[in-house]
Amino acid sequence: MSVIYVLWLREVKKYLRSRVQIIASLGSPLMYLGVLGFGLGPVFQRAGEGKYIQFMAPGVIGMTVLFTAMFSGIAMLWDRQFGFLKETLVAPVPRLLIMIGRTLGGATVAVLQGALIFVVTLIVGFRPESLLAVPLAFLVIALIAIIFSALATAIGSSIKEMQGFQMVMNFLVMPLFFLSGAIYPLEGLPKVLAAFTRVDPLTYGVDGMRGVLIGRTHFGITLDIAVLLGVGILFVIFGAWRFSKIEA
Amino acid sequence: MSDHPIIRVQHVVKSFGKVTAVDDVSFDVHPGEIFAFLGPNGAGKTTTIKMLTTLLHPTSGALELDGLDPTTHATEVRRRFGVVFQDPSLDSELTAWENMDIHGVLYHVPRQIRRERAEALLKMFELWDRHADLVKTFSGGMKRRLEIARGLLHTPRVLFLDEPTLGLDPQSRNQMWTLVRNLNKAEGVTVFLTTHYMDEADRVADRIAVIDHGRIVATGSSAELKQQTGTDSLEAAFLKLTGTTIRDESASAADSVRAFARAWRR
Repeated sequence: MSVIYVLWLREVKKYLRSRVQIIASLGSPLMYLGVLGFGLGPVFQRAGEGKYIQFMAPGVIGMTVLFTAMFSGIAMLWDRQFGFLKETLVAPVPRLLIMIGRTLGGATVAVLQGALIFVVTLIVGFRPESLLAVPLAFLVIALIAIIFSALATAIGSSIKEMQGFQMVMNFLVMPLFFLSGAIYPLEGLPKVLAAFTRVDPLTYGVDGMRGVLIGRTHFGITLDIAVLLGVGILFVIFGAWRFSKIEA
Repeated sequence: MSDHPIIRVQHVVKSFGKVTAVDDVSFDVHPGEIFAFLGPNGAGKTTTIKMLTTLLHPTSGALELDGLDPTTHATEVRRRFGVVFQDPSLDSELTAWENMDIHGVLYHVPRQIRRERAEALLKMFELWDRHADLVKTFSGGMKRRLEIARGLLHTPRVLFLDEPTLGLDPQSRNQMWTLVRNLNKAEGVTVFLTTHYMDEADRVADRIAVIDHGRIVATGSSAELKQQTGTDSLEAAFLKLTGTTIRDESASAADSVRAFARAWRR
């Protein structure tokens, strides 16, 4: 337990110390909220869908959690060659504990970052239906964070080249975001696109958050949380397996 | 101290696909000695260290560290050695003390002992004044000293140092070897080192093995190697044993990450 704890604490400490990074990472969510939120707002309203900021805030929170979780895991690539990862790989502790400590640390950082964006959305005008829903929303946020931290661990354990990082950003992280329905409704999509949105775990995360916070859901909150839990367990196992295979 | 070697390498081969990095290598290291492993770039030094430190498995042959096989008894073997890798493995966003403390937890060193020994080692390595500072503010020499101090925290029987003085100025190198020698004397820790600086090996090592193209080409004390080759310096002996051709390694994945890191760190 102490091993998981110190490795978790390490990630959280590093996050809290990197003030500049915290502020810098607010950039892209703010841009999405500002430009898309206000730019598409009038169209959305005219289509009879209500206030776009209400619809989009959960999507932007989901996006932030996705980006932060994926990034902290991919930073592992670097860590493996120039950093602390090697120190943990030769330590006399099971790899599983190291993987769990790192993944929980990365997930916690993603949740903290998500919380920060949550506050930002409140400032720009997002209003959840009830404050009682907020803890449940954080359960969904935590599940998203764990899913993508574990996925990132699996990827970070599997690729060695830095160029691979660009590939992952372009062919995985961006599609995960754009296919999740974070910025558009899932109703009435073309069949192919609808099929893609359904295999994206983030879709269920964003839908779950919307269900909880603004009472609008496509799949139903129960199904959303069930899918997130299932995928979470699957990805943690997959990440642990990939992590156990790392040869330095 | 028994006569049984603390490290025993017998007919070890390690292949990566078609490339044989280590080719039928055998040698022994005795408890308490300072053993230098020398060779040109790409000779198989780091691969050998990675096998002894459980990070790679040999393709064939037998390895032993303190009587245990690193391939089958990884956890027990890991408790028995400390290692300083060629590339840094400190967490530069944490303080020196935090780096030491995490290491202590990972190696199950009881809290009280962990604190006492961390303090003693940081003092010995002249880092105590800066123990609460972030590692990223340290000079290259300080970082290396901290890595060695950290590697010793759990009182290992063997300390592996893979090119620990790379990129350090002569003052730092000198100071570092003095510290390593003192520790070897005081705690009896066996030191297994690699370096490209022949003067260092000449000065600190009790015994030397020279490896080239994955094979051991000579073993013995510095004096013996000079005698064998009929030369008067270890550098001349080394060049005679390994030739003067420059080794061009093909770029590895690690090199690409290194290049990326350089670009990012200004």
